[in-house]
Amino acid sequence: MKISAFHLMPHRELPADFEQRYESVWVTPPWWELADARRVGQYYNWTLDELLHAARSGFDGLCTNEHHQNAYGFMPSPNLMGSALAKLTQGMNVAIVKMGSTLPTSNPPIRVAEEYAMLDCLSGGRLVAGMPLGSPMDVNLCYGITPLEQRERYREAFALTLKAWQAREIFAWNGRYYQLANVNLWPRPVQAPHPPVWVPGSGSISTFDFAVEHDVCYCFLSYSGARPAKTLMEGYWDVVTRRGRDANPYRAGFLQLVAVSETDARAEEEYARHVEYFYHKCLHVPTPWFAPPGNQDYRSLLAAARNPIRRTEDPKTLRYRDFAERGYVIAGSPATVRQRLEEEVVKGLRVGNLMLLVQIGSMPHELTLKNISLLARDVLPHLRGIWENEGWVNHWWPAGLRRSATPSVAVAAAT
Amino acid sequence: MTTDVRTVPVWQGQIHMRVRSKGRGPAVVFLHGPWGPTWDPFLDELSRTFSVHAPEHPGTSPGRPDDAYALDGFWDLVLCYDELLAGLGLSRAAFVGHSFGAMVACEIAAACPYQVERLVLIDALGLWRDDAPIPNWMLLPHADLPGRVFRDANSEAAQHMFAAPEDPDARVMARVGLQWAMGATGKFLWPIPDKGLKKRIHRVAAPTLVVWGQEDRIVPPVYAQEFARRIDGARVETIERAGHAPHLEQPTAVARLVRDFLSG
Repeated sequence: MKISAFHLMPHRELPADFEQRYESVWVTPPWWELADARRVGQYYNWTLDELLHAARSGFDGLCTNEHHQNAYGFMPSPNLMGSALAKLTQGMNVAIVKMGSTLPTSNPPIRVAEEYAMLDCLSGGRLVAGMPLGSPMDVNLCYGITPLEQRERYREAFALTLKAWQAREIFAWNGRYYQLANVNLWPRPVQAPHPPVWVPGSGSISTFDFAVEHDVCYCFLSYSGARPAKTLMEGYWDVVTRRGRDANPYRAGFLQLVAVSETDARAEEEYARHVEYFYHKCLHVPTPWFAPPGNQDYRSLLAAARNPIRRTEDPKTLRYRDFAERGYVIAGSPATVRQRLEEEVVKGLRVGNLMLLVQIGSMPHELTLKNISLLARDVLPHLRGIWENEGWVNHWWPAGLRRSATPSVAVAAAT
Repeated sequence: MTTDVRTVPVWQGQIHMRVRSKGRGPAVVFLHGPWGPTWDPFLDELSRTFSVHAPEHPGTSPGRPDDAYALDGFWDLVLCYDELLAGLGLSRAAFVGHSFGAMVACEIAAACPYQVERLVLIDALGLWRDDAPIPNWMLLPHADLPGRVFRDANSEAAQHMFAAPEDPDARVMARVGLQWAMGATGKFLWPIPDKGLKKRIHRVAAPTLVVWGQEDRIVPPVYAQEFARRIDGARVETIERAGHAPHLEQPTAVARLVRDFLSG
């Protein structure tokens, strides 16, 4: 198992009546009413400190991602954060996981190839190159990309990126969306033939096909936990089998919200309001914005309409105990959390690259550090060996970091 | 409402344009709006005097969703309609368009002024004023569309365009069809429905009638003047008790206006 700490860098202090007063947390929240640049500077620094703490405590990877015009998670450039993290974790056995830069919003997209190559050089070959399609809010609503073109642009940019990293000769790219007469990337990545590629998704069947076809790690980013993801991930594994790929669990990544404390009761005391803040405020987006016409191709649209996989329940009607009980967040004592992670997520979905959202909504800095410490000390060591005895190799992890990050003494100390 | 349906391959066979036709007389090409092709009482009324041809925008015909990917921008789309006209055996025709279809018709009239005999623009998209922004209907819940497009969400016309069939499978297909029609047309409009028509509209040579619903909540009526001001000799007719689809909400009145204009 490889287990990474994921951070969204949210606004941690939205007003209590935010979701009643404002249309959306994304695209339209008014900066001047809701935020202060100096305070936001503090959030960015907390975010870096929290991820660095995760690295020092024994997490295998640090994940940041790209979003625009929102209070839900505002790292418009994840690579700026990744750059600081690469430097701060110099020499450590920890991957810099970009989940990542959004290809269709980067023009020309070789900008991403360049920045990722820089990060791979800077980190000494520790980059995991996430290549997200991007959320409709970011790509279509904030950055003006035509929904029907988003996937085509993505596929073209994806092919261009991989070629730009590997080509021995300067080449001309005469694409439908991008034209570059002399592609000659400086720098090139350390990892050969290129850094491992992860493709995050939210259940679109065309993304399954794409991930399997390109032999990358498909990462399901779920905010409703493993239970609703079960059918979906089974669909993914069906595609893997049908296309003749092996059942290597490292082909799958999954994002899970986690909140650990000394006991289940104490977890509720400490985390309940932050979890509710996340689901009630940070996900406050008008439903149609998640799927503007053309964003899903016809086949996926039809499949989704016939077989709705998205949760039908409105998270605004749920409270902490609902979220915990339904697995939206796996919260409680270390024993509860490791058992549920193992059963529901790791084995239930067959996941080798696990990402844990360690800072949730309004969760303050000190509590986030505690969550990270308890996870690293009392949960991670128990999960790490899960796939090891089956002999699978994590081809989707930097080759230099594939050996377990945790020294064996840590496991011994925790057991 | 019996119509002839035929399919005309264009764009090196990548697009199969389905066309509904009815009536005899001078040729009139009708281009539909962003919510997909329909045959309606307005077209029936016109077909009493004209040969009405109603092509379906690429990607909106049943069984051909991926045709939507074959074209890149308005230049491609205009040429695609040029090929369609040839495929229908027409060298010239009158064009009537609604909403997005009116924008396309206006682009065709600007690009190929000698092919368009007369032009009718009904609540046209294509221009932009910062003081009268056009809301993005593609981001509204489907349930809000009838009330946004029509003056009266419960009118027969609204129910006809946004039908939700009883049968569950038909209901899914209608919902998917509507969403995909908005995507296939929206491809030419996103994120602001101004794609440079203002640079080309002066080339329109056809006599032009601009028809607008007085209570249009998608493209405010101020845009009627915006079109008329840019097209020499254009006449504006405002339709009372109608929203963004006056030809459907007041079919008799609008059909009479259009028929008289096209026959003039």
